[in-house]
Amino acid sequence: MLRMSTLSNLAWSSGATRPSALLVAPALVVGAAMSLPLAYLLIRSVGASDEAWELLFRLRTAQILARSALLVIVVVAGTLALGVPLAWLTTRTDLPMRRLLAVLSALPLVIPTYVGAFLVISALGPRGLVQGMLEPLGVSRLPEIYGLPGAAGTLIFFSYPYVLLTVRAALRRMDPSLDESARLLGHGPASAFFRLTLPQLRPAMSAGALLVALYTVSDFGAVSLMRYESFTWAIYQQYQGTFDRSVAAVLALGLVSLAAVVLLVENITRGNRRYYRSSSGSERSLQTLKLGRMRWPAAIFAWSVVLLGLGLPASVLAYWLINGVANGEPLLLLWQATRNAIVVSFLAAVVAALFAIPVAALSVRYPGYLSTLIDKISHTGYALPGIVVALALVFFGSRVVTPLYQTIWLLVFAYVVLFLPAALGALRSSLVQISPRLEESARILGRGPFRVMLSVTGPLMRPGLLMGGALVFLVTMKELPATLILGPLGFKTLATAVWSASSEAFFAQAAAPALMLILSSSIPMAILMLRERNR
Amino acid sequence: METPVIRGRALIKRFGDTLAVDSADLDVWPGEIVSILGTSGCGKTTLLRLIAGFESPTSGSIHILGTEMSSPSGIVPPDRRGIGMVVQEYALFPHMTVERNISFGLQNLDESRRARRVEEVLDLVRLAGFGPRYPYELSGGQQQRVALARTLAPNPAAVLLDEPFSNLDSSMRQRLRSEVEDILRSRRTAAVFVTHDREEAFAMADRVGVMVDGRLLQVAAPDRIYHSPASPQIAGLAGPCDFIPGSARSDGAVVTPLGVLQCAVSDPLAPGQSVSVLVRPDDLELIPDTQGKATVVSREFRGDEVILNVRLDSGESVRSRRRSFSRLPAGSKVRVIPVKTIPFVAYPR
Repeated sequence: MLRMSTLSNLAWSSGATRPSALLVAPALVVGAAMSLPLAYLLIRSVGASDEAWELLFRLRTAQILARSALLVIVVVAGTLALGVPLAWLTTRTDLPMRRLLAVLSALPLVIPTYVGAFLVISALGPRGLVQGMLEPLGVSRLPEIYGLPGAAGTLIFFSYPYVLLTVRAALRRMDPSLDESARLLGHGPASAFFRLTLPQLRPAMSAGALLVALYTVSDFGAVSLMRYESFTWAIYQQYQGTFDRSVAAVLALGLVSLAAVVLLVENITRGNRRYYRSSSGSERSLQTLKLGRMRWPAAIFAWSVVLLGLGLPASVLAYWLINGVANGEPLLLLWQATRNAIVVSFLAAVVAALFAIPVAALSVRYPGYLSTLIDKISHTGYALPGIVVALALVFFGSRVVTPLYQTIWLLVFAYVVLFLPAALGALRSSLVQISPRLEESARILGRGPFRVMLSVTGPLMRPGLLMGGALVFLVTMKELPATLILGPLGFKTLATAVWSASSEAFFAQAAAPALMLILSSSIPMAILMLRERNR
Repeated sequence: METPVIRGRALIKRFGDTLAVDSADLDVWPGEIVSILGTSGCGKTTLLRLIAGFESPTSGSIHILGTEMSSPSGIVPPDRRGIGMVVQEYALFPHMTVERNISFGLQNLDESRRARRVEEVLDLVRLAGFGPRYPYELSGGQQQRVALARTLAPNPAAVLLDEPFSNLDSSMRQRLRSEVEDILRSRRTAAVFVTHDREEAFAMADRVGVMVDGRLLQVAAPDRIYHSPASPQIAGLAGPCDFIPGSARSDGAVVTPLGVLQCAVSDPLAPGQSVSVLVRPDDLELIPDTQGKATVVSREFRGDEVILNVRLDSGESVRSRRRSFSRLPAGSKVRVIPVKTIPFVAYPR
């Protein structure tokens, strides 16, 4: 009460240029809510028992850390090795069928990693489809798929599009006259590529690699199906298996530190320089390079990536679908899982959109110390692994807000923490297009701040709000670890249906929900591709 | 005794280290149009935003119709000041029709009176029938007139206009300027009007305030600003000008290379004191004379006039304006005759 009154005094006494309490108060509430999981996790791990710490040593946490770090390094290296050449080949060269390849090569992104892992295991695992086909030829064993090769391979083939898309966008923005000048100054195509193009791509490569690294750090589905003992796997084991959950809390904190290290490394490698286009003659199309003799090896490379990342999973999925339908898989379960997924995703979208309003409005209209802080806190979900948020909320729910524990509300809150950044991004970009003069004109025509929000700012930011909500809806649909941990008993969504069926190797059962998930992730992908084309 | 519509006293606005408005005093009387002339970044927009209530003054006071707008507990927000504002980019609400834009400020009227009022102001700005259109369906000039109609609809005590014509091309600009002036005058609406264009400032206003580096240096009728600027700096902002040296005589006149000139001064001059005298191109007439003590150096043909750059034999440069058809080639010897019928202005050096 005291705090509220000092706040409103502050906003009042400093005049109309300061944000009103109507905006600051909800933004503070959102900021506080968003910082809750991490803060609570810290409290819990500080209060962890001595036995918990001892157990940590017995678990050989250092090894888990090393495995996670190794996975991140391998996956980042792999995605760069696939993504950068593919981006370059599909934008700057005369690769055969490069327009088709440009579309196909981005598509593996719509396959959630746990779906990908299930498809890979069912195809390449022991007694999988491939082995079955090779049986008559006397092949009784394929190379081991579980562990690092499977986990890394799955993550590489289903997340390299993050690198591909960011690098491709940078390549399209690049100033063609720079390349031309290099050629005029006597550099061949190869020399121009290594001296000019590659260095200019560094920020994009770094940004793409950051996405991949955070994705890998927080990935739960692929590593657990592939039985690779990384942090997320260990946390889940601890959470399920032991009575003292503070071990899981301490492990989760380790995972958060790994994510922080990733952010830090990216900050260093991105470099401080900015690469401006100096010339304004931007509409010239980029020169395409003739590949010559390298044309066919390049095409083989590109097509094999597409085949492994898209063709193989699609055909395996088709196989299991047909198999499932032929064996009469019950569709009732699918319907229930779909309905559950839609309900929680819709709730998450609405709440995230509402939460995003005060935070985005404050940071766009009143940039300053407080608004930056709230904005930063609201973006933590971007780097926080889902399993960490889920775990923190399990502790919080079972001890502090017990009535909410084991309800979908706590789950929805976890989704909001994780995906608020997506809503914020969309809302922000529509807010910056609304001139503050509009709001001022409304004020001077006699409307108070709240009514201006309702009659002017509100309607104008509706497209951004809808876009942000839609994005949150679609990413929530495929979220796995938080759903698994926080979902009430017996609560099944598409994601958990795929996961439980495939972890028990009922592949035909997993196929239909997997298809639904892929379809729902295809929508934002389609939007992304359309935008890329329009540029 | 009338109360001023707007009264600003010792207004100071500081943004961090920069002083955007520095001890400005300004009165705007009922029915008066005051323009604020200054280069971009001089603080004129900030002055307007202080009056509107979008910024709170660091110190000083603003009264609107005699009511104090700031107090230790806070400032009166813009929606409760009863004044209107038109901004450079018009800020029409893109998601509302012209009608709804205009009725936006009329929430205190009932439905039928609101509709009638919208009709009235649409007539006033000669846009009757445009009510159902959306802003994007209008030309720049039409948008400008809708913005004015929207501002006038609630009958504000005063209207603030921030560079209102700068987004229009020059022919449209002149027409709209006189239209806006007619509308404001017919309703006797007080207005403060900010511009960097001196022609605009002079043409519309009863009084012009010249602003430099946050300071309102002089507020006076346009002809006084032009002919009796308070300082050489203001003289330069008010129009093209040259300065010639002179020395004061005991009777107050000044001896210059152009002869003895009658000068107005703020403080009496001591005999023999050296001064600079302001001469504008329209103060001087040229007469071709091979014995003349000046030479035409170059000509600038401007369409409706010719400006001749003249070098006096004593070394000073002056300019003279002549009719566009006058023929006086560069190199001509001339006599320079001061023709101003009111006193010149001299500044102590």
